[in-house]
Amino acid sequence: MIPRIFIPVDASAVSVGADRVAQAMAHELAMRGIAADIVRTGSRGAFFLEPMVEVATLVGRVAYGPVTPADIASLIDAHFLSGGHHPLRLGPPEGLPFFAHQERLTFSRSGIVDPLSTADYRAHGGWRGLEAALKLSGAEIVEEVTRSGLRGRGGAGFPTGLKWRTVLNAPTQQKYVVCNADEGDSGTFADRMLLEGDPFGLIEGMTIAGLAVGASIGYVYIRSEYGHAFRTFSKAVEIARAEGYLGRAIEGSDHAFDIVPRLGAGAYICGEETSMLESLEGKRGIVRAKPPVPALKGLFGQPTVINNVLSLMAVPTILAEGAEAYADFGMGRSRGTLPFQLAGNIKFGGLVEKAFGLTLGELIHDFGGGTLSGRPIKAVQVGGPLGAYFSADMLDTPMDYEAFAARGGMLGHGGVVVFDDTVDMAEQARFAFEFCAKESCGKCTPCRLGATRGRETIEAIIAGRDVERNLALVADLAEVMADGSLCAMGGLTPDPVVSAIRHFGADFRRPFRTAAE
Amino acid sequence: MSEGQASRPAPWDEATAASIVAARGQEPGAMLPILHDLQAAFGYVDAAAVPIIADRLNVSRAEVHGVVSFYHDFRDHPAGRHVLKICRGEACQAVGCRALVDHLDICHGLATGATTADGDLTVEEIFCLGNCALGPSVLYDGELIGRVDAKTLDGLVAEAREPR
Ligand SMILES: Cc1cc2nc3c(=O)[nH]c(=O)nc-3n(C[C@H](O)[C@H](O)[C@H](O)COP(=O)(O)O)c2cc1C
Ligand code: SF4
Ligand code: FES
Repeated sequence: MIPRIFIPVDASAVSVGADRVAQAMAHELAMRGIAADIVRTGSRGAFFLEPMVEVATLVGRVAYGPVTPADIASLIDAHFLSGGHHPLRLGPPEGLPFFAHQERLTFSRSGIVDPLSTADYRAHGGWRGLEAALKLSGAEIVEEVTRSGLRGRGGAGFPTGLKWRTVLNAPTQQKYVVCNADEGDSGTFADRMLLEGDPFGLIEGMTIAGLAVGASIGYVYIRSEYGHAFRTFSKAVEIARAEGYLGRAIEGSDHAFDIVPRLGAGAYICGEETSMLESLEGKRGIVRAKPPVPALKGLFGQPTVINNVLSLMAVPTILAEGAEAYADFGMGRSRGTLPFQLAGNIKFGGLVEKAFGLTLGELIHDFGGGTLSGRPIKAVQVGGPLGAYFSADMLDTPMDYEAFAARGGMLGHGGVVVFDDTVDMAEQARFAFEFCAKESCGKCTPCRLGATRGRETIEAIIAGRDVERNLALVADLAEVMADGSLCAMGGLTPDPVVSAIRHFGADFRRPFRTAAE
Repeated sequence: MSEGQASRPAPWDEATAASIVAARGQEPGAMLPILHDLQAAFGYVDAAAVPIIADRLNVSRAEVHGVVSFYHDFRDHPAGRHVLKICRGEACQAVGCRALVDHLDICHGLATGATTADGDLTVEEIFCLGNCALGPSVLYDGELIGRVDAKTLDGLVAEAREPR
């Protein structure tokens, strides 16, 4: 048998040289006259080990990493093709501490399969959810998703089954499924990894959503910062169509479903669902007032399911394994698993899929290994730019929607950004306002003007001018924004600001700053 | 993508623009795909494209103009020959992107948003490239680069300014 070598083509792996490694590998093998297949995969998500190269051996896969082009000759000399010993040898990837304690449902294939092979997808459990769904009525599919307890993974945590039922019961012919792949939150990359590493999983999840609610067309809105993911996903859609997994007769049934990938254009607010609909319709991404909810009046005015990539990707597992099997994971009202993303100043950064309920500290220390710089942790921002900052003594918080809300935070899309003790939290608060001012859609005054005013006020505080009076002014502004904004952009921007002031007050009251008054 | 400058953008040409608009005009919600295609072809969206799009999509010129100006991606004039987008998102802040932004400004005279006088390089800010475990990150002519430091930036600036 010809040996198989697996090298990621995931954008993050490529950003640290995976393409150069693949080229060097092909070149060196050719020079030595060794026949081998190089399969380009997604990433498993241990980014601190990328580029990670794997080979298929008689006892399973063996990984080496991080590999540079200069290592290739010595790897071949060390017989890595049969798992030979080498300083970079990591052993079976599943056995690495980073992976051994994960619970991978959504990320069961990324980094393992050829992302553009439907056969590989099937060999690793793909299409079973769709085939189960094809035997059910729409109402039965919705019931299954409802019983799984799945809540939206895009940020708000809204029950997915409830949303689907509203669309199913809407009495119109034309309905849509829209996948939110805008992934605007800094510190997150799970959607991107799946678009690149397991695109058929999303195609399967969207198709099941279409069958459930009676929609025949789906749009996937991918942010333009993800050009690489857009190209891979678009190719996967063409392949799925050519092989009968999309189109007029899904897997030979009398159900039709097709998918249109669309590119965003660099606006954070277009991740908000109604702004996204406007953008898909070809307009400026101005947020719509609700009601009507998109489930009743969405894309082109028709009933529309809008779900995040991770929500839709959870669906094939639920249909294939059953709602109970999925709901067995998790705690309280947070059922199933969440792919957490360890980012920022972290030693072992990457993708950690776990059932809800482990603590923030376990995630950062046991999986992440602490800070990259080796300095003490000062602050952690969870849930993207609108998420609250937690201090180092709050790391006992369980990763659960309700537990986070109780401490003034949110899990959002599962992004965890770690900062060491060199961070200036006044500067982070200033940035939160700056970001909101830049990305506001401009529809409501508290958001549009409040953010600019907030940034100026924090700048005054940083300069040491009227610190206590200006802090009181920020508190007032925060309240006005939280109460008077139409969407969470203006509504939640106060969270990182207020939490920074609450937990890191000293950063806003620096002696040398007040001395300059 | 729109910033992939591997193939150099062509000079503005009305006939080409009209055929790009026509090719997509039938799609529901064709506006963004059309603008992306125009920018990929010419490197920016020329003001002369606005009436062509408005005609084809049956909307007002003001509406087309509003869309072009709403989205950060679309330019109304050409960028430099090379484009460096530096990530200023929180995960990159946590590993020192602020110092890199300053480095470009102080050591190379390239403030965010600036283009070199000779038109070789434009520097822009961007908020998250989905590479948050391997920051600081930049996008150089559409290519994602992780674990960037001052030396990486010096190399990119030198490459962009190499005599053609
Ligand atoms: C400012 C703002 C940005 C958002 N960005 C995203 C995003 O990038 N991706 C996402 O899935 N949801 C985002 N959301 C949430 C969406 O509005 C919506 O709740 C979600 O797509 C619903 O899908 P889900 O129920 O599967 O989570 C954002 C919301 C707001 C207010
Ligand atoms: S809160 Fe901000 S982003 Fe949201 S609708 Fe109002 S102005 Fe637009
Ligand atoms: S914050 Fe810079 S890549 Fe995500």
